[in-house]
Amino acid sequence: MRPIEYVAAKTVQEAVKSLAEKGDAARPLAGGTDIIVQLRGGRRQLDRLVDMKAIPELNELTYNASSGLRIGAAVPCYRVYGDAAVASAYPGLIDAASLIGGIQIQGRGSIGGNLCNAAPSGDTIPALIAHSAVAEIAGPGGNREVPVEDFCTAPGRTVLQSGEILVAIRVPAPAAHFGACYIRFIPRNEMDIAVVGVGASMVLDGNKVTACRIALASVAPIPVYATAAGAALVGKEATEENINAASEAAQAAATPISDMRGTAEYRTHLIGVLTRRALQSAIQRAKEA
Amino acid sequence: MAAVKTHVRTTLNGEATEYLCEPNQSLLEVLRDVLFLTGTKEGCNDGNCGACTVNMDGRIVDSCLVLGVEAEGSDILTIEGVATPEGLHPIQQAFLENAALQCGICTPGFIVASKALLEKEPNPSEARVRHWLAGNLCRCTGYDKIVKAVVDAANTMGGKK
Ligand SMILES: Cc1cc2nc3c(=O)[nH]c(=O)nc-3n(C[C@H](O)[C@H](O)[C@H](O)COP(=O)(O)OP(=O)(O)OC[C@H]3O[C@@H](n4cnc5c(N)ncnc54)[C@H](O)[C@@H]3O)c2cc1C
Ligand code: FES
Ligand code: FES
Repeated sequence: MRPIEYVAAKTVQEAVKSLAEKGDAARPLAGGTDIIVQLRGGRRQLDRLVDMKAIPELNELTYNASSGLRIGAAVPCYRVYGDAAVASAYPGLIDAASLIGGIQIQGRGSIGGNLCNAAPSGDTIPALIAHSAVAEIAGPGGNREVPVEDFCTAPGRTVLQSGEILVAIRVPAPAAHFGACYIRFIPRNEMDIAVVGVGASMVLDGNKVTACRIALASVAPIPVYATAAGAALVGKEATEENINAASEAAQAAATPISDMRGTAEYRTHLIGVLTRRALQSAIQRAKEA
Repeated sequence: MAAVKTHVRTTLNGEATEYLCEPNQSLLEVLRDVLFLTGTKEGCNDGNCGACTVNMDGRIVDSCLVLGVEAEGSDILTIEGVATPEGLHPIQQAFLENAALQCGICTPGFIVASKALLEKEPNPSEARVRHWLAGNLCRCTGYDKIVKAVVDAANTMGGKK
């Protein structure tokens, strides 16, 4: 890794200032499980890393059954799935947070870093979208909020402007009879990049679907919020036929490519299979909720 | 850019330890090249193999993905801190008895990772051991003997830390 300056910011303001001073030559550091690899591999060249982990607000994880969940941008995955109340309220997010890398990666890697890295394969992003999460952003021009489905703009690129940081991710409190799930396909059980990933959430009234959100990983340059797929189920009974219709709409929302992990055709097939499974699991969890 | 060294204070294997490092040096490089603690191994240098596993503030991490400067104020355990003057740790003993190593390059990482598991969960199932160790790769043993060694160590330790 070439020489770099390291700044451990103590406050949001200090981080924003330190980043804005250097423009594109500075970036935030959270768990480092993406950015250190990119710097060492020469895929990124920076003059300054601004560590987010000493900023108290970015390390907070707060959950309240009525106001919902707020995940500080630097909170590592293990803290999120290790919190029993959070785990039962946000099952789709927990599915995703507990399958990132192995235990070592989960000890450092954050959900905020996963989102800001903006990989098409980022596992927590479809789960966050399914859970209607919102990104809280601070920058030189003040604070703003962006729904997670609008956060990623291209592979590795986000809506964040120079000097802006992600402060936290806010996830609304789940409604009664809410269920969610994230599943992915990889060639082995752990430690690989999703060939396809699907996040789904659902609110049920009896067997009738009153809300449904579906999002996809690794099937387009950015994570895909498949609005038509979710809409296909709303107002309908949670039957096999309707689930199949939603999974076909999910397939239609994707623009997969062929690469070493699979052909476009194979990915399209997987979207169908995984969407059905994610929906069935979300329905099951909604019934138990 | 001038390579300005940072003064870092840690607790390393139970002893207050200070070092100077540059911000682009990983904790792995600091351990091996600055502190000459070469028990921690480098395999991939990108987070995939777990050979560089150390325990940092109670969590296992890949030291190749931690910067030396990030360790300020932290409490680190490396393989050098696992045995005591009285002898090997039961996990180390179980690795020997089960022939759970061949070339041995992965072994320090597996032992540090397994120790953290048994401290948290004294009686893990075989499936749990395999899941916990998914971030540690071994090119020689085929894993079965490693998993058996960890389960045996758990039994020997009888739920004790
Ligand atoms: C062996 C291995 C296995 C992995 N497995 C998976 C996997 O299964 N699924 C998966 O999705 N990912 C995986 N990853 C990638 C990585 O671990 C995750 O993306 C992780 O969540 C990144 O979080 P981090 O805190 O380490 O981010 P960092 O590396 O610290 O940062 C990631 C990016 O986000 C930016 N950033 C960080 N914090 C902020 C902030 N507050 N505001 C603005 N920008 C910010 C950084 O500048 C950087 O560009 C794996 C990585 C490795 C090395
Ligand atoms: S050397 Fe760190 S994980 Fe392989
Ligand atoms: S014993 Fe050789 S890599 Fe594990």
